[in-house]
Amino acid sequence: MLFWTILKTSLKALVAHKLRAFLAMLGIIIGVGAVISMLAIGAGARQSILARVTAMGTDLLVVRPGQSAFGGVMTGTQINLTLDDARALLTVEGVRLVAPVVRGKAQYKYYNRNSSSTLYGTSATYLPIRGFEIERGRVFTETEVDRQARVAILGPNTVEDLFGGADPLGETVKIKGINFRVIGVTKAKGDQGFFNPDDQAIIPYTTAMKQVFGRTRSNLDEADIQADQGYALDRVIADATALLRKRHRTPAGMPEDFNIRNQADIIESFTAMSRTLTILLGSIAGISLLVGGIGIMNIMLVSVTERTREIGIRKAIGARDKDVLKQFLIEAVAMSGVGGLVGAAAGIGAARVIGTFTDFNTSVESFSVVLALTFSAAVGIFFGFYPAWRAARLNPIEALRYE
Amino acid sequence: MIQADGLVKTYFVGGSTIRALDGVSFRIEAGEMVAVTGPSGSGKSTLMHILGCLDSADAGRYVLAGEDVSELSKDRLAAIRNRRIGFVFQTFNLLARTSALENVELPLLYAGQRQARDRAREALRGVGLEDRMRHEPSQLSGGQRQRVAIARAIVTDPAIVLADEPTGNLDTKTGDEILAIFESLNAQGRTIILVTHEPDVARHCRRQIAMRDGRIVDGA
Repeated sequence: MLFWTILKTSLKALVAHKLRAFLAMLGIIIGVGAVISMLAIGAGARQSILARVTAMGTDLLVVRPGQSAFGGVMTGTQINLTLDDARALLTVEGVRLVAPVVRGKAQYKYYNRNSSSTLYGTSATYLPIRGFEIERGRVFTETEVDRQARVAILGPNTVEDLFGGADPLGETVKIKGINFRVIGVTKAKGDQGFFNPDDQAIIPYTTAMKQVFGRTRSNLDEADIQADQGYALDRVIADATALLRKRHRTPAGMPEDFNIRNQADIIESFTAMSRTLTILLGSIAGISLLVGGIGIMNIMLVSVTERTREIGIRKAIGARDKDVLKQFLIEAVAMSGVGGLVGAAAGIGAARVIGTFTDFNTSVESFSVVLALTFSAAVGIFFGFYPAWRAARLNPIEALRYE
Repeated sequence: MIQADGLVKTYFVGGSTIRALDGVSFRIEAGEMVAVTGPSGSGKSTLMHILGCLDSADAGRYVLAGEDVSELSKDRLAAIRNRRIGFVFQTFNLLARTSALENVELPLLYAGQRQARDRAREALRGVGLEDRMRHEPSQLSGGQRQRVAIARAIVTDPAIVLADEPTGNLDTKTGDEILAIFESLNAQGRTIILVTHEPDVARHCRRQIAMRDGRIVDGA
């Protein structure tokens, strides 16, 4: 029997019981809608993390003291990364800028107002490496770094906390009890989720090490590197690693006492996190799709029982078992398929609404729509098969006698 | 054409055994018009279902046009019901919410035939229903419904037409019209077997097989 004829018959049977078909489809509609909107939230989170990290600069390398391995036994090497190491890194081919960084929590005071955030002691190169721009004022000079000048560049949020609307340039703030002159304000970058780059203060690293944090040795918390555009990051990482191993006299075969991270690694770890989130949300949504399938199976079993006589008639005039099987299977798949389409529309709509009215970013990927539709059709086949098989194996004369 | 040898069919109803057919044997030649008569419970409907390949016998042989039906697969039996035998029921058994034309078309669709619509129209014209093709069963009278059922039975041009009490639900006048159609089908060379308990209906047939308690008592 022709496929289109069967499909027409199936749709007619569904239209004959509109409310019942709709209720059975509702499970699939909700399931598919949930899958698509949940995956859209996952994909949106991934994309926004990617965009933020990329905004920080893809040519950024961060060198930190300490082994990159966790949980292992430390091998007795001293954890250190010195100012001289940072200077030496500039000789590595492909390294454009290096900024030594020491940091710590600090409290700032301006008359009776105060604020606290992370204080960075670094060089002027930190700003281009990290993608900061100066909104007002200026960056500190080489001379100011050399003579441990007490000058500070503040983030816009810190300025707001301390000065309200007043002009901070030239004013004196107390940082950990020491007077600093404000010489610049950075441009707002926006909250990054895991830290806020607009809530900070930047001072010369010399001042930070000797006067603020009181470090006797020239140990750094990190050294930030900006690689040359278009230069292979892997090469730069390898060369920098070789240089630091040599400087630290790390024996061959021993692990490094520092680690170099590239933005791609950070992107990867966040992508992995959002993937876990996506799988979690997706499987919860998948379960609701399964429940929808059970609803379809239920209604198909009722339908087969009700239409026993019809099945008997069809068999009496020459329908084979597989004709009857096909008919009921197509009916189940038509139901789950229509439910899937409506659910896809609902899911895309829900993702739009969530993206517009909440803080979540959403992004409907075509792959998730295809996945949800395929899955809903599969649910129709799977849960439609048993009722269809029951219909197909009915004995014609018993089916005809059924009241 | 049709040869039955010792057909036995047993039902189990509520713990007791009912022998609906108890060794039935007969022969029907091509082109005959036969009435199977007998009181209710005599096994004539059961016999009809077996002859129509809707049911199978527990024992005995049923040979249809030289082919032993008891050994055929379910799909082959479906094909026989579709092409070689037309069945007409007392209760018409038309599909509800489906037009007369689509009802008649159905066997051709299962047979995978082309031009099903044209042939279905032709069959309906043959039973005098050319002006009721788009009507659904609920919009037709009993006689008209039975004509649709006959058109459906003969649309695949089977050599044998079986009818189980075809006039049972109809008034005498309409019943006679239906019987006239069967007579003309017989005149075209088709083998017709009618089940009936009305002597008036049986009289339309040249040969009568009388049954009682699952056995043939006359006409074998």
